[in-house]
Amino acid sequence: MRASFIIAAKDLSQRIRDKSAILLGFVAPLGLALIFAAIIPDTSSFSFQAQVAVIDNDGGEISATFIDEVLPAVQAEGLLEVEEYSSAAEATAAVEEGTLTAVYIFPQGFSDSLQSGGAATVEIVGNVDESISTQIAKAVLDSYLAEVDAVGVAVGTAMLSGGADVATITERTLESGAAVVLEDTAAENLELDATTFFSGGMAVFFLFFTVQFGVASLLEERHYGTLPRLLGAPINRWSVIGGKAVTSFVLGITSMVVLAIATTFLIGAEWGNPLGVFILMVSGVMAALGIMAMVAVVAKTPEQAANYQAIVAVALGMLGGTFFPLSQGPRILAFFSKLTPHAWFLQGLGDLSGGRGLEAVIAPSLAMLAFFVVTIAIASRWRGEVLAP
Amino acid sequence: MIICVKDDRQAKWNVMLMPSEAKGCNLNVLECSGLVKAFDELVAVDDVGFHIAEGETYGLLGPNGAGKTTTISMISGILESDAGRVMVAGKEITTRTTDGNAEIGYVPQDIAIYPDLTARENLRFFGKLYGIPKDRLGPRIDEVLEVIGLSDRGDDRTEEYSGGMKRRLNIGIGLLHEPSLLILDEPTVGVDPQSRNSILESVELLGQSGTAVLYTTHYMEEAERLCDRVAIIDGGKIRAEGTRRELVELVGQRDTVNLGVIGSAHRLVEDLRSVSEIQQITAAEGSVEILVDGASRVLPRILEVAQEAGVGISGVEVVEPNLESVFLHLTGKALRD
Repeated sequence: MRASFIIAAKDLSQRIRDKSAILLGFVAPLGLALIFAAIIPDTSSFSFQAQVAVIDNDGGEISATFIDEVLPAVQAEGLLEVEEYSSAAEATAAVEEGTLTAVYIFPQGFSDSLQSGGAATVEIVGNVDESISTQIAKAVLDSYLAEVDAVGVAVGTAMLSGGADVATITERTLESGAAVVLEDTAAENLELDATTFFSGGMAVFFLFFTVQFGVASLLEERHYGTLPRLLGAPINRWSVIGGKAVTSFVLGITSMVVLAIATTFLIGAEWGNPLGVFILMVSGVMAALGIMAMVAVVAKTPEQAANYQAIVAVALGMLGGTFFPLSQGPRILAFFSKLTPHAWFLQGLGDLSGGRGLEAVIAPSLAMLAFFVVTIAIASRWRGEVLAP
Repeated sequence: MIICVKDDRQAKWNVMLMPSEAKGCNLNVLECSGLVKAFDELVAVDDVGFHIAEGETYGLLGPNGAGKTTTISMISGILESDAGRVMVAGKEITTRTTDGNAEIGYVPQDIAIYPDLTARENLRFFGKLYGIPKDRLGPRIDEVLEVIGLSDRGDDRTEEYSGGMKRRLNIGIGLLHEPSLLILDEPTVGVDPQSRNSILESVELLGQSGTAVLYTTHYMEEAERLCDRVAIIDGGKIRAEGTRRELVELVGQRDTVNLGVIGSAHRLVEDLRSVSEIQQITAAEGSVEILVDGASRVLPRILEVAQEAGVGISGVEVVEPNLESVFLHLTGKALRD
């Protein structure tokens, strides 16, 4: 163990001296986190407001309830703004011009048809360039009509007996809240604000570059011809690998801790429970260490290792959602992102940042440690070549 | 036994005490036997064994690819042997043992230093690895820098050094922990003549200080100058081993004595025919070439005959058969093939 620390101390002094570790471990991630946090608005505070109009050719009870009860309630939530248009043609033209998000067109006899148990259709004309806002407008109507449809039979029966009316339906629809809640693809986990997201994302992204300094330095020892000298020294030869691991670990942890502190004070990132964050950091460093070691053992030269490691670090970083929130991508991306330590780290950080306790880091930490165990096991198959003089 | 040999580089006569008398009773620092190493189908080292006594300089002489580096890698505990045993200062050496490694100073063939560290930092790092006590390490680093002539450049990064300076530091790291056995793997390859001479002088001093030295080279002159005993290795096998004289006698080679004469060379030739050890005499204008068994033993008698004949001697040169010719005889090829 003593020899490992001697080797690590030497490696660290070399890395500090050539400034590469400082650049990739501190300057680049902090700089990018600051830049991203400054130029990209907070995704958690994005507001999608649809400008809608209603053309009521029906004049019946159901359309009137939608216009008079549902839309004002949704408008009060800030999701919709209802504008007045006198005709369907005028409103449709406004949608095409982009001045209106969507227009609801209730056909004549709509309410009568539904109340008599028949079928009816509401037309929505939406702006394709504002897909999210159009979807909000559609979702509001869908939810209302689904509720009308679900309770239709009961309402019909109740109305015949005088026990309920359309107002009851409206009230129940609004109470359900379903019409105004957008589905959250990350609903099972808490989301990070933009500042914390980019701070954590850049920290874990550059962690893989920082950690590779230690791992790849074993190849540098061979390149310099010093590896045989180390192997001939009165030390256990595993101390050499241990020294490289200590170097990677110290660089990785130091980089992440410094970034966490710096982004907390400089841009107000909220990392959450410090102990939980540290556990995540340790697990993340171990995962990065294992993956970078696995990549390094297949390389023959330091340059080759650096190239391979850069490719893997960037690919995993992209897939792991360090540059954009996975909740804004397709669901399949969120699924495959779990094949990266980055996604687990950010998930744990999101939960901690959202106020959850230490239990939130258990699953992400175990997942990241599993990466370490598997990749180190694979890398150790090449241990003979790694320690060959 | 005392022999006189001509040192061409310094144009002076050296007197060398042969190791059989000087060091014969010393304990063995290195004992290795039955070393075998194969890489797939290629048997790089095949049943190699030898010993080196305290203060003895032992040469492994062979061409590139002969198995020298593989042999010393096994002796240093760097490379696992397929068979055989290595003992250094009474401690077994393998890739799994560490105790005996502190007795070995290993100087690899390629320069093995950190270019972004200073010489002092390089020495300090390896000194710590070899467990030199903290209070001893600083003074010892100063001593080594002095020995290798880098005291005034010790705080410069080694990437700024010349090739020769790097070579000297390479050796200095091997010397730092005062090993019982210093292993030098072709330390003069690619070195300028001045640095080469400096390295050879350092090795000579080491032998005199009692350090056992294992020196591999494919330069016949270095083996002849430095080594008390030499093993000729080729194709992974030791073909012959012994002192230079023993090796030369093994193949029946004779010494040549060249005399510069003042006076009648022919008169001297006639008188020298009475000396039974002389095998052949050739006279030329102002010089006589004599082929003889054991020049060091016969030379005083030759000079005596010249004096009795009234022939002045302007110069004496003894040319012993060299290891190049021995190697050629044993392997059928030249050292640099």
